[in-house]
Amino acid sequence: MQKQVRFDNKVLPYLLVAPQVLITIIFFIWPASQSVYQSFLVEDPFGLSSEFVWFANFEELFADSTYLDAFGRTLLFSFSTAFLAISMALFLAIMADRVIRGETLYKTFLIWPYAVAPALAGVLWFLMFNPTIGVIGFGLNALGYEWNHYLNGWQAMVLVIVASAWKQISYNFIFFLAGLQSIPKPLIEAAAIDGAGPAHRFKTIIFPLLSPTTFFLLVVNLVYAFFETFPVIHATTQGGPAKATEILVYKVFNDGFIGLDLGGSAAQSVILMIIVSGLTVFQFKYVEKKVTY
Amino acid sequence: MVENRPLLTFFSHLALIIGISFIALPVWLAFVVSTQEASALFSGQVPLWPGEHFIENYSSILFEGEKNSGAPPILLMITNSLVMAICVAVGKITISIISAYAIVYFQFPFRQAIFWMIFMTLMLPVEVRILPTFEVIAQLGMLNSYAGLTIPLIASATATFLFRQFYMTIPDEMIEAARMDGAGPIRFFIDILLPLSRTNIAALFVILFIFGWNQYLWPLLVTTDASYYTVVMGIQRMMAVPDSDPIWHYVMATAILGMIPPVIVVVTMQKLFVKGLIETEK
Repeated sequence: MQKQVRFDNKVLPYLLVAPQVLITIIFFIWPASQSVYQSFLVEDPFGLSSEFVWFANFEELFADSTYLDAFGRTLLFSFSTAFLAISMALFLAIMADRVIRGETLYKTFLIWPYAVAPALAGVLWFLMFNPTIGVIGFGLNALGYEWNHYLNGWQAMVLVIVASAWKQISYNFIFFLAGLQSIPKPLIEAAAIDGAGPAHRFKTIIFPLLSPTTFFLLVVNLVYAFFETFPVIHATTQGGPAKATEILVYKVFNDGFIGLDLGGSAAQSVILMIIVSGLTVFQFKYVEKKVTY
Repeated sequence: MVENRPLLTFFSHLALIIGISFIALPVWLAFVVSTQEASALFSGQVPLWPGEHFIENYSSILFEGEKNSGAPPILLMITNSLVMAICVAVGKITISIISAYAIVYFQFPFRQAIFWMIFMTLMLPVEVRILPTFEVIAQLGMLNSYAGLTIPLIASATATFLFRQFYMTIPDEMIEAARMDGAGPIRFFIDILLPLSRTNIAALFVILFIFGWNQYLWPLLVTTDASYYTVVMGIQRMMAVPDSDPIWHYVMATAILGMIPPVIVVVTMQKLFVKGLIETEK
């Protein structure tokens, strides 16, 4: 945690941490505490006075079926996105780990989507699925399957899941490939000599050894899907049609900024903060363990 | 390669090529659309091959912008994105490297408390504290300014951690030797720690540049004046045209232009990028 040999100075360390601490207090701690405070208040319609109501905002939230729906939708969205991104990446990483020729080239072609902003990923897939000029949308309609994500909620959901997962594949790919390459070769060779084929080796050796990586990626992908996919949805479906793609982060924004329901939005913020801190602590606990061995 | 299985090797290559095509397809089609003229997109056919209006479309969007949505020329947005990405990356690295230095190499009251406070920021993404943060920025008069776009984003727990971890691996003999030679804390930092941190700084810069470039919600909140729009958020203004379809060839040209700079950074600095990515997650 800290060096045994140190410098002695009374003022300098404070000057060094000051910028970070100031920014943290002004832009993180203060707004977050405001959120917590506001979540206990109800404002009158004109914003002139507010009343302290304890947990009424939270109670109202959990009695509200639109909020509970958004919760369920978020879970569906997040797990589908994580599953799609992780399974695609794992498959591609295994293939890339097998080939000898052209490995670097394949790698280059697989990692660039990491750099594409989520909003732009959304826009790209919005075009792909467009019923009149998008390959997939137009193709499905031509084949007789009616595709119109402007009207059909499930189809809009598929659109945002695919766009969000697409962007995340490269990230997972890099971690899986690093994981695969750190598996000691003699282990695999010994199994091969004993007559285990590639599929059997994957099931009994490689996948178990990759499971810490997979688990770590699951947490990271869930955090991504929960919080960082806001741009995908905001730039494309805007939570619609008929709230079919309104996930929790989008709802906080919508209720707070557009609907101006300050107390309700603050209560939603607090719930999201609890979720994200839980996931972060979880991730760190796991990572600390990984570092020690 | 453990054993020789030509069929499986062939299959691996095939799978990789299909995977790469699937990943590249949306970008290819976006490029195709960006080179068409407006009428080609209403002909009831899906264009699969680039049209002839590449130069026309791109120069009009770069230098004039899409006027219907009130968006400024894309060149201006790209400049804004560049300013934002570089300021965020440099700012985060600067304040993190010095605060990690203080935490590792000095003993002072509240050291532990400060460390935990920095750690907490990890748990508070902009998305969950939108309204109050917006109010703070508004009260400080930082709306529609580069300061508002960048400063609130430069606190960084991950960068601080990364530097802390790195300093811990530097042998104590280093600092002993430096002190013996009469170097003070500032001298030690500039002459020894900074040069040693070079690769870490570069790797972190690649990751943070992309982070800054790809910001969406933050510029969306802080800018109402179109001259401060960044590319990634500006595209939303072009998508959300009430009661009509977006002008696809302009939107897609913007999307392509908006992804080129960060993609170039990732591809040309691949090694640093992978290093940065894996280390910031530790």
